[in-house]
Amino acid sequence: MSALAADLPTSYLTEENTIASWLLTRDHKRIALLFFASVTFFFFIGGIAATFVRLHLLNPAGVLLQPDMYNRMFTMHGVTMVWFFLIPSIPATFGNFFIPLMIGAHDLAFPRLNLASWYVFNLSGLFLLYTYFAGGVDTGWTFYAPYSTLYANGHVIGAAVAVFINGFSTIMTALNFVVTIHRMRAPGMTWMRLPLFVWAIYAVSLVMLLATPVLAMTLALVGLERFMGVGIFDPSLGGDPLLYQHMFWFYSHPAVYIMILPAMGVASELIPCFSRRPVFGYTGMTFAIIGIAVISFFVWAHHMFVAGISVFSAIVFSLMTFFVAVPSAIKVFNWTATLHKGRISFDAPMLYALGFVGLFTVGGLTGLMLATLPIDVHVHDTYFVIAHFHYIMVGGTVSAFFGGLHYWWPKITGRLYPEMWARVTAVLTFLGFNLTFFPQFILGYLGMMRRYYAYPAKFQDWNVLSSAGASILAIAYALPLFYLGWSLLWGQRASANPWRATGLEWLTSSPPPKENFARTPTVKVPPYRYDPEDDSFISQDGVAHA
Amino acid sequence: MSEEQWLPFWPPVASNTAVSVDRLFIGEFALSIVILGLVFGMIIAFSIRYRRGSAADRGNRVKKTWHWEIGWTVGSLAVFLCLFVWGANAYVWLFEPPRHPDLEIYVIGKQWMWKMEHPGGQREIDELHLPVDKTVRLLMTSEDVIHSFFVPAFRVKHDVLPGQYETMWFKPTETGRFRIQCAQFCGTQHAHMIGDVVVESEAEYAQWLTTQGVHASLAQQGEALFRADGCSGCHSANSTVHAPSLAGIYGRVVHLQSGEARIVDETYLRDCILLGGAHIDVAGYPPVMPSFAGKISEGDILELISYIQSLSSQPGGSP
Repeated sequence: MSALAADLPTSYLTEENTIASWLLTRDHKRIALLFFASVTFFFFIGGIAATFVRLHLLNPAGVLLQPDMYNRMFTMHGVTMVWFFLIPSIPATFGNFFIPLMIGAHDLAFPRLNLASWYVFNLSGLFLLYTYFAGGVDTGWTFYAPYSTLYANGHVIGAAVAVFINGFSTIMTALNFVVTIHRMRAPGMTWMRLPLFVWAIYAVSLVMLLATPVLAMTLALVGLERFMGVGIFDPSLGGDPLLYQHMFWFYSHPAVYIMILPAMGVASELIPCFSRRPVFGYTGMTFAIIGIAVISFFVWAHHMFVAGISVFSAIVFSLMTFFVAVPSAIKVFNWTATLHKGRISFDAPMLYALGFVGLFTVGGLTGLMLATLPIDVHVHDTYFVIAHFHYIMVGGTVSAFFGGLHYWWPKITGRLYPEMWARVTAVLTFLGFNLTFFPQFILGYLGMMRRYYAYPAKFQDWNVLSSAGASILAIAYALPLFYLGWSLLWGQRASANPWRATGLEWLTSSPPPKENFARTPTVKVPPYRYDPEDDSFISQDGVAHA
Repeated sequence: MSEEQWLPFWPPVASNTAVSVDRLFIGEFALSIVILGLVFGMIIAFSIRYRRGSAADRGNRVKKTWHWEIGWTVGSLAVFLCLFVWGANAYVWLFEPPRHPDLEIYVIGKQWMWKMEHPGGQREIDELHLPVDKTVRLLMTSEDVIHSFFVPAFRVKHDVLPGQYETMWFKPTETGRFRIQCAQFCGTQHAHMIGDVVVESEAEYAQWLTTQGVHASLAQQGEALFRADGCSGCHSANSTVHAPSLAGIYGRVVHLQSGEARIVDETYLRDCILLGGAHIDVAGYPPVMPSFAGKISEGDILELISYIQSLSSQPGGSP
């Protein structure tokens, strides 16, 4: 493997280092880093908004922020986190960087489109920042009509334009992944030899391509109604407010799976590697990924059980929701079974991955409660729902994002991170997360509403606990900035394959050369050929390592 | 209600619905604990037994993984289907309103208040007096954006939409004061679109009704509107215009020009008033009814409906 890298002394980081060489790069690895900078920026913007929300809720009377400002804060938190962090987070960074490396390609299929996607993303980000600085928007990330189209005073159009443009970036990146995975696999990299991360990104790209246009149409119609008074959603203009909800959730429920599928892919890389044994049921895992992607399109109205849909539709969508939970359950059991008879080490990526499985399971089980119609009637739009989807999206996706970040950090930067700091941070994340969000399940069942700037005094203790947890979580999210930043300068140099993993990305040097591989590798074996008995492994090019 | 609890865990249980929702929730909570215990237990047990330094045997690993996978696929599916049936069954019951509720209340939501109207003509804002142990049906609409009527102690919630009627029902089983909260974000003061349900004994409720200083029931107020707005010019028995008589029409089936048949309910009457004859042509009558859209408030429409309903429950009207 070192032979592959030996005749390429420079890496993609050192090849050429002018500002133009970064801003006009067509190298998927540099574009991945550009995306990384952008989504990290928006993660902290969304985080600042969340900080204000949690600080404000320390007091039941809601005295920190004016009501309008509080409403703008939670909207800013939602819009930023959903479209400017969670959806692009794993695909645009690790997907961009590692899809070509994992399938043995020299780049994505359309390098210029990839760069364009980053510029479009930042353009949409500028619209978003403009919206915030111009005074913000208070509709919540869901933009429900007719509130958004007629009654809201904020900059609804600015936010809608930002999200509309953002969708083009999503579509460009997704299209690039689909074509790359279809056309550019190395010899021998058959579909059933693809690492599960590649499968997950492939499935999520298809969902993005099919769902995102519907969001664009919905937002365009909101603009038409708000700007020109064309009656589409507002009943006083002859429209139907439920039509808005159907269209919005037809995108936004699949979007939930856009956020979680890549995280599942990351977990499926980490758990076998740190258990030193093949993933349990590779074929089942691929079917589960595809199953989730397909069924995700048929569950949207479970967001509308109390909105005025018929009893019959509610029952159908409840049933479909229970169906989509089956492949998710398969994945949880398969990850757990992967640990059986493994040789498990608890490096930071594994701690994040195990945290991911645990928190995702809690999120999934509470999802079953929400799929049960009478329970949903009670907890709909309460903090129970808030806690549920944060367990999936923050406990799940963000944990997996940090797990992947630590796992691939040596490959991306060529440096090892300080392991002790990383482990402490992983544990802090898990504890802080649970302290923040578990009390919200109880608050929700008690009847604490989401999007309330003031609440009954008897709920204060739980809210104080939740805010205390949020402060731990904030520290755990900020710490990597420091120790990973430190490792960039002073970290130990990483070898090509520090985790002794089987994927093609570990065959090339750390950091990889601009061309990725000196010669295109030939794939001989499926992924995850780890042997826990003698701690050996066979990398995907068929070479055995003792 | 008023006892000071440190860290409350459970909301008050004050309706028939609350009992069955709680039962479902506790059932699923227990099941979740079992599944979580299984998953976490296995993760922890494997993590200890098969940690890197341990000498545990790692040979003879499961080869035919699909045996296990089929096991937990079928197992999950079976459990999930049971939960679905349990939930859907309870839901159908929850949403099947009683044929003849003991009491019907009109609710109008607007930024940011709840307006309630009792059949006797009593009006309240952000407060709703009800007798205990009586089935109550709410007929709800909004004057502006979408709101949602939620009483945590009753475990019932339903969105209140502009431009249409939504209904919900419940039976309070405890006396006391219970919070009403708007559950759908509706603007700046969404958090203050709250109120109280005041559940009293039947005698207290009856007493309360008489102290509201109301002299005309909703139906009587509607009858006055019926004349003032000119409805009676065409719809009364001695009018010269050929319009359907409204006596006994509520609850009956009418046939439209298009051949469609519709039950005369609140939504149909509302459509007639707001859309006019051009949209709702009853077969055999000329489409001359004007639209009252923009000329009549949601409250007035409800009073008119109440009046038309009363024509069906009077002796001599249709059942």
